[in-house]
Amino acid sequence: MDVTKISREFLDALLSGAAPVPTEGLVALRSHALERANALSVPTTRDEEWRFTDLAPLYRLALRKPVDEVPMPSADVIAAWIAPEVPTRLVFVDGRFSPSLSAVPTAGSTPGLTVTTLAAAMASGDAAVQAHVGKLASVDDDLFAAVNTAWLRDGVFVRAGRGAAGRTIHCLFVATQADVVQHPRILVVAEDGAEVALVEDYVSLQEGAYCVNAVVEVAVGANARVRHVKVQRDSAKAFHLATTSVSVQRDGFYSNLAVTFGGRISRNNIHIRQDGTGTEFELDGLAFIDGRSLADTHSFVDHAHAHGRSRQLHKCVVAGGAHAVFNGRILVREGAQKTDSTQENRSILLSDKAHVDTKPQLEIFADDVKCAHGATVGQLEAEEVFYLMTRGLSEGTARNLLTYGFAADVVNRIPIASIVKSLAARLLEHTGGQEIA
Amino acid sequence: MSNGAGKILLDVRGLCASVAGVPILKGIDFTVRAGEVHAIMGPNGSGKSTFSKVLAGHPSYEVTGGTAVFDGVDLLELSAEERARSGFFLSFQYPVEVPGVANAQFLRLAYNTVLGGRGRDELDPLEFDDFVREKMKLLEMDPAFLDRSVNTGFSGGEKKRNEILQMALLEPKLAFLDETDSGLDIDALRIVAQGVNHLRSADNAVVLVTHYQRLLNYIVPDFVHVMDGGRLVKTGGRELALELEARGYDWIGKQAA
Ligand SMILES: Nc1ncnc2c1ncn2[C@@H]1O[C@H](COP(=O)(O)OP(=O)(O)OP(=O)(O)O)[C@@H](O)[C@H]1O
Ligand SMILES: [Mg+2]
Repeated sequence: MDVTKISREFLDALLSGAAPVPTEGLVALRSHALERANALSVPTTRDEEWRFTDLAPLYRLALRKPVDEVPMPSADVIAAWIAPEVPTRLVFVDGRFSPSLSAVPTAGSTPGLTVTTLAAAMASGDAAVQAHVGKLASVDDDLFAAVNTAWLRDGVFVRAGRGAAGRTIHCLFVATQADVVQHPRILVVAEDGAEVALVEDYVSLQEGAYCVNAVVEVAVGANARVRHVKVQRDSAKAFHLATTSVSVQRDGFYSNLAVTFGGRISRNNIHIRQDGTGTEFELDGLAFIDGRSLADTHSFVDHAHAHGRSRQLHKCVVAGGAHAVFNGRILVREGAQKTDSTQENRSILLSDKAHVDTKPQLEIFADDVKCAHGATVGQLEAEEVFYLMTRGLSEGTARNLLTYGFAADVVNRIPIASIVKSLAARLLEHTGGQEIA
Repeated sequence: MSNGAGKILLDVRGLCASVAGVPILKGIDFTVRAGEVHAIMGPNGSGKSTFSKVLAGHPSYEVTGGTAVFDGVDLLELSAEERARSGFFLSFQYPVEVPGVANAQFLRLAYNTVLGGRGRDELDPLEFDDFVREKMKLLEMDPAFLDRSVNTGFSGGEKKRNEILQMALLEPKLAFLDETDSGLDIDALRIVAQGVNHLRSADNAVVLVTHYQRLLNYIVPDFVHVMDGGRLVKTGGRELALELEARGYDWIGKQAA
């Protein structure tokens, strides 16, 4: 089998129909992205950045191109995924926005806050779209971001001003059909002093293979605070590729809490750049995977200015024949003095065939910094198992409870109770169920 | 106070144990009857916690000799969870943190497993909540500790209170309290000691591992033992604890020599 031919055909199919119509917005950006996508080649395990993640199964997939009309599921069908405490919601079905399933505040109803589709924001000529879209997630050497951008016709647009404190926006991406590729796109602009939270949520109503290729851009202004939660609960056969690019201005705060249950292959690129002094980043990750899943997280924290703080915890629970990859790059540039950065990666392997590849990557070019990192891969702590057994729990129950706790420790940090509850139930299903409830 | 007539709960004879091939316990004889309170004192590293953990069934310790009979059954043949279910309880010197698991979930699981196994009705979360809150009152514990992860971020004293809460829930026949007093402030020590006294009966027994006489003012021991070098080298009444507090441990070795 000719791998090059297959991957070329895959890319051609992926790009067919992407060329922008002149009447649409962002034509220059999209044309440039299309050009780049055509020029780049698909990643293989020969690329350092993709050493552990072989996308060959994706390239063999015959994906249908994004379609304009899709049958919308009824509200009942997606009710299980709705977070009642988050009134603002944008729902996309196989990549298409569903006005009837969404709950978007009418324009001007919340002072300082704009929540709308990217298509509507482009049509209304919102300057923030032009100013930010495509600026953070570079298409120049990221093929999948380029493909996403070439297809950029719609998505989520959030602009928060100083008055819009504390709003949460739930973006729900529902896959209803097999073999469909969706290119979700989110742009969040938090202006100086603003506070906003984003929940990015991927779910599936069917068990077949499909592909999500997402790009999220978050611009955090001076003194602004953005909390970002990503929940990836795609089907076991899904392919999920995502790039999250964030820029944080002086004294801004950005947190990213990402939970993945895998899919056939998932790859999360998280790139956070410090664009001013005194910023604070928090990254929490959980990969909870089983079967044949491969879950790859590549994070890149770029301390480019002084007095930046970052804290990162990435956990993996790997069962069956699953494979987790974590590459945590932290760059402290020259002049980024007084940077205070910690990174911790803890993995638990639950079977002999489970596997994890982890690589901390610290590059420090400033001399007055505090950087700590640690990685552990192993089984559960014997002292913890013993402690629970002295309380009457069988060894199996003790192990299940500890595995649950290890994962729930990340999930519990999500500030939305209904989502915590639904994810905790899912963790429980895989750790003994009622036996430890 | 014991009259020495209670039935034998624990009978340890010539117990030897090692960890990673290093002998730690070197022949311990120790008998506890129902209704009694024993105190085990002794220098750091003498083997007090090792003794407690060996009896609780810690897999890292290898029993290399001797016997331990608990309420008529061979304790050493049982797994750690079977020992707990049959009424042996260890309050840890260093209670383990279990992030991500709510204390209430853990306590209910332990209660339902141990007491359910003794024929008591299992409690659902709501029933258990009422039940455990009553027990917490005894120890003047804030119910907020139910929602937090097990021992995670608890202060030293809070962890010890949580251990005694587990003792209160599991109703053991024999409780080993390994330095439960360390880390407790003066008021907490009194409250926890009163809690332990409240749980005592003619049918159960308590072994206190401690460095300080102060605890023994509240929970008055029938016997005080001194452990040194993996052996119980001296046994006396409660006055021995006062003497140890005044004179330290040095004189015991000299006296024995
Ligand atoms: N897992 C282990 N590996 C190596 N040595 C151990 C282990 N556990 C215990 N020991 C050793 O066994 C000896 C007895 O330890 P133990 O904890 O029982 O003492 P202790 O009497 O409880 O002391 P303390 O009063 O300080 O609590 C010590 O020398 C200790 O270092
Ligand atoms: Mg000790």
